[in-house]
Amino acid sequence: MAEHEGSGAHAHTAPTGFLWKYVFSLDHKVIGIQYYFLALFSVFVGMALSLLMRFHLVWPAAHVPLIAGGVMKPEQYLALVTMHGTIMVFMVLTTAPQSGFGNYLLPIQIGAEDMAFPVLNMLSFWTTFVSLLVILAAFFVEGGAPIAGWTSYPPLSAVGDMSGPGEGLGQTLWVIGLAIFCLASLIGALNFITTTVDLRAKGMSLMRMPLTVWAWLITAILGLLAFGVLLAACALLLLDRMAGTSFFIPGGLVFTDTVLAAHEGGSPLLWQHLFWFFGHPEVYIAILPGMGVTSHVLSNFSRKPVFGYRAMVGAMLAIGFLGFCVWGHHMFVSGMSPYSAFAFSLLTMTIGVPSAIKTFNWLGTLWGGKIQFTCAMLFALGFVSLFVTGGLSGLFLAQPTLDLYFHDTFFVVAHFHFVMGVAAIFGIFAATYFWYPKMFGRMLNETVGKVHFWLTFIGVYCIFMPMHFLGMVGRPRRYADLTGVNFLGPLHSVEFFISIAAIFTIAAQFIFLFNFLYCLKWGKKAESNPWHGTTLEWSIPSPPPFDNFAGRHVQVYRGAYEFSVPGEAQDFIPQDLAPEKVGKAN
Amino acid sequence: MKKPRMDGRAREKGSTAAAAMLALLIVAITAITVYIFVAKIWWFPPSITDEGHQFDAQFFRTLLITGIIFVAAQLGLALVIFRSRDRGQRVHYFEGHNGMEILWTTATLILFVGLGIYAEKAWAEVHFIGAEPGALPIEVTGQQFAWNFRYAGPDGVFGRTRPDLVSASTGNAVGVDPTDPAGKDDIISPGEIAVPAGREVDLVIKSLDVTHSFFVRELRLKQDAVPGMTIHLHFTANTPGTYEIACAELCGLGHYKMRATMIVMNEPDFEKWLQQQEAANQ
Amino acid sequence: MTRPATTEELELIDHGDGGGVLPPPDGGGDDGRRPWPRPEVSRRAFFTLIQLSLAAIVMFFMSLTSAYIVRKGLGGDWQATPIPRVLWLNTLLLLASSLTIELARRKHSGDAAANPLAAEARNARFSQWWTITIALGLLFLAGQLFAWRQLSAAGMFLDTNPSSSFFYVLTAAHGAHLAGGIFALFYVAFRNWKRSRITQETAADLAALYWHFMDGLWLFLFALLTVGR
Repeated sequence: MAEHEGSGAHAHTAPTGFLWKYVFSLDHKVIGIQYYFLALFSVFVGMALSLLMRFHLVWPAAHVPLIAGGVMKPEQYLALVTMHGTIMVFMVLTTAPQSGFGNYLLPIQIGAEDMAFPVLNMLSFWTTFVSLLVILAAFFVEGGAPIAGWTSYPPLSAVGDMSGPGEGLGQTLWVIGLAIFCLASLIGALNFITTTVDLRAKGMSLMRMPLTVWAWLITAILGLLAFGVLLAACALLLLDRMAGTSFFIPGGLVFTDTVLAAHEGGSPLLWQHLFWFFGHPEVYIAILPGMGVTSHVLSNFSRKPVFGYRAMVGAMLAIGFLGFCVWGHHMFVSGMSPYSAFAFSLLTMTIGVPSAIKTFNWLGTLWGGKIQFTCAMLFALGFVSLFVTGGLSGLFLAQPTLDLYFHDTFFVVAHFHFVMGVAAIFGIFAATYFWYPKMFGRMLNETVGKVHFWLTFIGVYCIFMPMHFLGMVGRPRRYADLTGVNFLGPLHSVEFFISIAAIFTIAAQFIFLFNFLYCLKWGKKAESNPWHGTTLEWSIPSPPPFDNFAGRHVQVYRGAYEFSVPGEAQDFIPQDLAPEKVGKAN
Repeated sequence: MKKPRMDGRAREKGSTAAAAMLALLIVAITAITVYIFVAKIWWFPPSITDEGHQFDAQFFRTLLITGIIFVAAQLGLALVIFRSRDRGQRVHYFEGHNGMEILWTTATLILFVGLGIYAEKAWAEVHFIGAEPGALPIEVTGQQFAWNFRYAGPDGVFGRTRPDLVSASTGNAVGVDPTDPAGKDDIISPGEIAVPAGREVDLVIKSLDVTHSFFVRELRLKQDAVPGMTIHLHFTANTPGTYEIACAELCGLGHYKMRATMIVMNEPDFEKWLQQQEAANQ
Repeated sequence: MTRPATTEELELIDHGDGGGVLPPPDGGGDDGRRPWPRPEVSRRAFFTLIQLSLAAIVMFFMSLTSAYIVRKGLGGDWQATPIPRVLWLNTLLLLASSLTIELARRKHSGDAAANPLAAEARNARFSQWWTITIALGLLFLAGQLFAWRQLSAAGMFLDTNPSSSFFYVLTAAHGAHLAGGIFALFYVAFRNWKRSRITQETAADLAALYWHFMDGLWLFLFALLTVGR
């Protein structure tokens, strides 16, 4: 284990020039902020898409802005569904928690002056940016955006526009954009892992790393191993679409009485296996950083160490490992072997155990503490509540017997929105409120932030809790219209309630956006350690100098969560405070 | 935000309000959720098969366990939030408790895995065992955007089909090959499947184009219809009635209206229905 | 601006010729002309980088391999693709290139200050063997293209049947990664290593690791395509 001595005893010169400083910056902090803004842009796009969806479901005959001709057609609805899922999962949940905050904070929290490979870091951002452009381009080509969902199952996604509008160039651009995203993520993962392994400051042993760093590390490992699989799947799908191969397309398909003779013998299930082998670790990539942030923030604002630090590390490792073993639970009714379904089911139930451990430990962290209800803390507390709700609905879906009913119903939509679309987002919000002072040198307005929290917390429960009930009544997913099937009739009031709640909740996010943008320029100036935190980022100015520690040798003496240590006058001890200096002030 | 004083004796003003609000909110959310579940305001339709009842039992078991955990965790969170709010108190410094870790890890493991193993019985009955030899085979073919059903007729054998013979306009929705004698007595019913009550049915599920999914809520069953595959699904429906079939796998722009009807009827009514379909096929 | 040579952060890899690796005297990258200084990173970190990349590449090829096995097992239209004989020659070329790259990298000078004349001779031999490796690599790629020509002349194209599809996909994927490796070989040969955080010797070691892996990967794929067809 090479514990690096940190930067040499000299300061580097700052970069000059607009392009080098802000556009092609090699500074992990700038790159982290670039990723964050990419995610911020993407989340508003994703919310706009979902707003149009919810609007159409309850007012199907209404004229909708931005839609050519006014009234939304089913394929347009499905294009919204597809792009909403794609943009949210990839451009928001895989980007902000990991590439955004991880990039910004990981080097600082381990005492390094930058990521190990800054050029690769810069390339990974710009590659991500290109992939976003390619994916968004699908909206503007003939036929429009693809309609096969973010999961893009063949043959629907493989035979071109004979299976539906949007399945022509739009779907091709989607696949290419996704493949580019895979490359970007792989490059990013390389950097995260190498940096954590090799650039830790002296004294920063693995067991002294903040849980955020552990989360980013494990997430990066998951990404490293999973995105290659998606890349392979995308390559094969692209070949099926463009080169006449038949990896996923069986023979004898008939579309409007015409036989598709050019393909035969492929397996739609092969795509599902490849996609979900990637797809399941992907959702843990989306949530693990949020778990790390929650542990970190809960500890900081309870003024107490994280309860069961080692168990927390072990739980995240278990989640990461088991995450590769459960992909079949997305395929219980797919025609896959029912015996393997049994195995996948048991493994999936098992993965609930480390998640439960984390929940217990969060409660244990809070118990006996002294909770300060800052905005970051509110969102971290919200995370716990939302994660419990979302995780528990997973216990239903993990059982194939129950999944026979719930698969592809809104029960699933409820489950994944609670864990990803809300809990993970709350993790991003908690991180934002917590680290905004450090990143931008200004404080966010706490009062406005609290309004944002209350409206959002109530709002998301109003939107997504009713979806469980929709699922129990049997409401299928991805229905462009609720009049095609009779048993959906009585659900209209629920759908209406959800749509109204969505409108309000999305509106509330503009409060956040306003706070964020306003305070960039006019927020109260932030000191270096406004939250009295212990980790290394709080020992440097807000915002930090471009090489983080200004040439200082960083030496770490203790773990990351020494709050309210008995016998100490100060209720926190920074990680890098020399032992002889502890307790001497005040 | 008020900065906490270093000596830990300050009272954080306003934290009681925030703590109380958050705790009450969590309690309210929990209470409302529990109420809606218990009152069954939105609930499954009644199940009409024995396996369906097993599903209901397993659902209830899971709901009970997750419900208890849900209430305990959310109320626990609310309680901790309120009790541990900053009132100027001393913090209890502890870093963990190995005994508790082992305890709740083991308990959760036994509970979750036990629940999972318990659930397998119903799954096994649906999927580990095939249909009984005397079951009535009915072929289910999904396509964009309709369901067609085929009965084998008195010979009990389905005639060969060829994709190039599929022709909606001439009524050959599944492409039955006229040269195959076994297909002569096949009966095709577009959009409506009749099933004799109390007799086991063996669905033979196929697709002409993309992946669809055959879903009947009252049966508590769902099965993807995958092109290139033939997948069996068996059940015995006990309660006569008309039930909706909805497509449950995104299949294109008409996915939302790809519905069909399943009618469970008594044996004599079923025979009559078959004869009517046969006549309509001529 | 000089800095003390803090060798403790660099793991010394014993090459048997006493080759310790010191960072270039100017601290590596901190010469003001670059737009950005980079953090000092140990030699081992670069190896970690390559190894992690190989892990990701393994996952990519394992996905293709499992797709191959599944698709073959579906039966029906799988027809074993005849293996163009030139592939055997290509395999030998690649194996030879692994040998020559080892010959090259073990000849690298290491400490140039101690004995300049011997160092120059060693560097010349390094360049020789390195160039031969690049040539062999290019020949391999040419041979692969030739194999494709032979197959298509025999009427087997990408979309002919699943077996031929995989043949093209696997060889193309490997070829693309190998082309990246050849680019790396050129980069090692021609980049100005004085302005880098690592020496040319380290870069050569890293490139060689990647190159051997590509060789091993080819052996695996070749076996899959011949024995497993």
